[in-house]
Amino acid sequence: MAERLLEVKDLKVRFATEDGIVRAVDGISFELERGKVLGIVGESGSGKSVTAMTLMGLTRGVNARFEGEVLYKGTDLLKISDRDMQSFRGNELGMIFQDPMTSLNPVYRIGEQIVEAIQAHENIDKRQARSRTIELLRQVGIPNPETRVDDFPHQFSGGMRQRAMIAMALSCNPSILIADEPTTALDVTIQAQIVELVNRLKDDFDSAVIFITHDLGVIADIADEIIVMYAGRVVERGSKRDVFYDPQMPYTWGLLGSIPRLDRPRPERLHTIEGSPPSLINLPEGCKFRPRCPHAFDKCMQEPGLENRVESPGHLDRCWLDVDFKRSNRDRTISGSSVEAA
Amino acid sequence: MGAYIVRRIFGMLLVLIAVSFIVYLIFIVIPGGDPAQRIAGKVATPANVAAIRHRLGLDQSFIVQWYDLVKSLFTAKLVSYYNQTNVVQQIKQGLPATFSLSIGAGIIWMGFGILVGLISAVTAGRLSDRVITALALIGISLPVAWLGLILRYFLAGEGGGVSWFPDGGYVSLTSSPVQWFYHLLLPWFTLAILFIGFYGRVLRSNILDTINEDFVRTAKAKGLSTRRILVKHVLRASLIPIVTLFGLDFASVLGGGAIITESVYNLHGVGWYAAQSIQTQDLPPLMGVTLYGAMFIVVFTLLVDLAYAYLDPRIRLS
Repeated sequence: MAERLLEVKDLKVRFATEDGIVRAVDGISFELERGKVLGIVGESGSGKSVTAMTLMGLTRGVNARFEGEVLYKGTDLLKISDRDMQSFRGNELGMIFQDPMTSLNPVYRIGEQIVEAIQAHENIDKRQARSRTIELLRQVGIPNPETRVDDFPHQFSGGMRQRAMIAMALSCNPSILIADEPTTALDVTIQAQIVELVNRLKDDFDSAVIFITHDLGVIADIADEIIVMYAGRVVERGSKRDVFYDPQMPYTWGLLGSIPRLDRPRPERLHTIEGSPPSLINLPEGCKFRPRCPHAFDKCMQEPGLENRVESPGHLDRCWLDVDFKRSNRDRTISGSSVEAA
Repeated sequence: MGAYIVRRIFGMLLVLIAVSFIVYLIFIVIPGGDPAQRIAGKVATPANVAAIRHRLGLDQSFIVQWYDLVKSLFTAKLVSYYNQTNVVQQIKQGLPATFSLSIGAGIIWMGFGILVGLISAVTAGRLSDRVITALALIGISLPVAWLGLILRYFLAGEGGGVSWFPDGGYVSLTSSPVQWFYHLLLPWFTLAILFIGFYGRVLRSNILDTINEDFVRTAKAKGLSTRRILVKHVLRASLIPIVTLFGLDFASVLGGGAIITESVYNLHGVGWYAAQSIQTQDLPPLMGVTLYGAMFIVVFTLLVDLAYAYLDPRIRLS
């Protein structure tokens, strides 16, 4: 069995705001092994980014409350001090963000910013750090890294900036790379390149990846396991095969149906999930997806637990519907028929 | 770059010409502005007035008068209507006091402004931030003339208070550096307090804006220390707008803009000279002082633009 790097147990994150307590993450658990890719999928406000930022200790603040455990190689990252957390950030866990246009400091050269990351964790001189930076830029596919290392961020295109961000995140060879919607702000052709790059570098650097996205299509190729989040909860969890070919949660169907596909007959319109995610201050009673679910019935007023309801053992979901009913009805949503869309 | 600067300098000359023209216009239209009438006194005959007017060249056409005035200023031949002193000479005499006041006050207000802004941003919402905010608002609200007089009254033995400081006046740096410093301490702070409060407030809000930038989150994710993030990433970005403020404010006090401070503390600088000339409605010195001040403003505007391009590599000069 591969080395277990991360174990998140019943993580809860709450923020006190003027309007009330925001339950951003409400009990999420998962494990991550070296060499694996975990995909976390969900809409805006589903808690996926807060989960990622919490792993990095970036949500810490006077208004934040945490419960549960985040065990990185046995150390609970929720318990250690902010100062101790600094030696984990960048060094053990690297992170890349959604918007490469704003994630780099505009007034420093690309190289300086990566050198800074290396020198934060390793006691090496500027020249060595610089030559390593050039090597990293070459690895992420920046042409002429010897000269581009001295460019400012505004001289890079969006895709190149994201590559530079990846180089920076990997500069200290972290065991885990957290990618928070790294492709959302990029062109479709660049998206595929970045996903492929992350997947390749994961093997080169022998690390694990947590890939966060709202687009299941993006991680279809690379994820080993997928977690679908809704309203701060895990609503479905399973291997890539489980989630793509035997999805149990109507919310997952909706996400699958919203991806344009070339391998199926073209629908009139892509599926849309009616309504919007609930307020995290005032959550609906019972199943949190109930108000938007076309198949909701009486029992949904009680929240279903995250349980294994199908033959495949690791495949968990939160839905009361009968498995056979789901299997015979879900295709209408997933293939985006015009009836459903109307 | 070279072409850019040449073009800017050409523009600066146009601005100075326009300024001189406007000063001249204003002087002509204000009531009681006719110098000949005033010099001749209350019981002068029309012939007397006409003679003075002719001597001063005031019977020439408007454009010729303006041209002669500016020309004599730039050839350092311009003299006051009243005491015939050379205007350029007088401004030169005021430079040491004005420069000493401005440079010292500038260092103080920039240093304390950054300190105040940094502390209140870092402790935003807490007691120290509130206290600093209140003090900054008081500092901004204090009229300089009042503050100067109060400090003199209580700290310089003018009235009821202690006499820890000399009561105004200027001692040149070359004759006694210690006395120079000692005499300038009160004026420096009097001039600086307004700016400290203002800069502190501006910097505080800049820092609080910058702290939420994505690149600061990236810096955190790299594992940098809080101090390094604050100084290298947050403060650097937050200081760029402050540079503009400082450039123009500093130019204005160097250019004789500290009229009140110089007058209150009896520092015979350019501002003090301006105040004297305003009281006697003496056009030539006013023209000289205004152009001298305007020159600093246009030069520092250029310097600020150059500094901007240096501080923010995205900005291109063209």
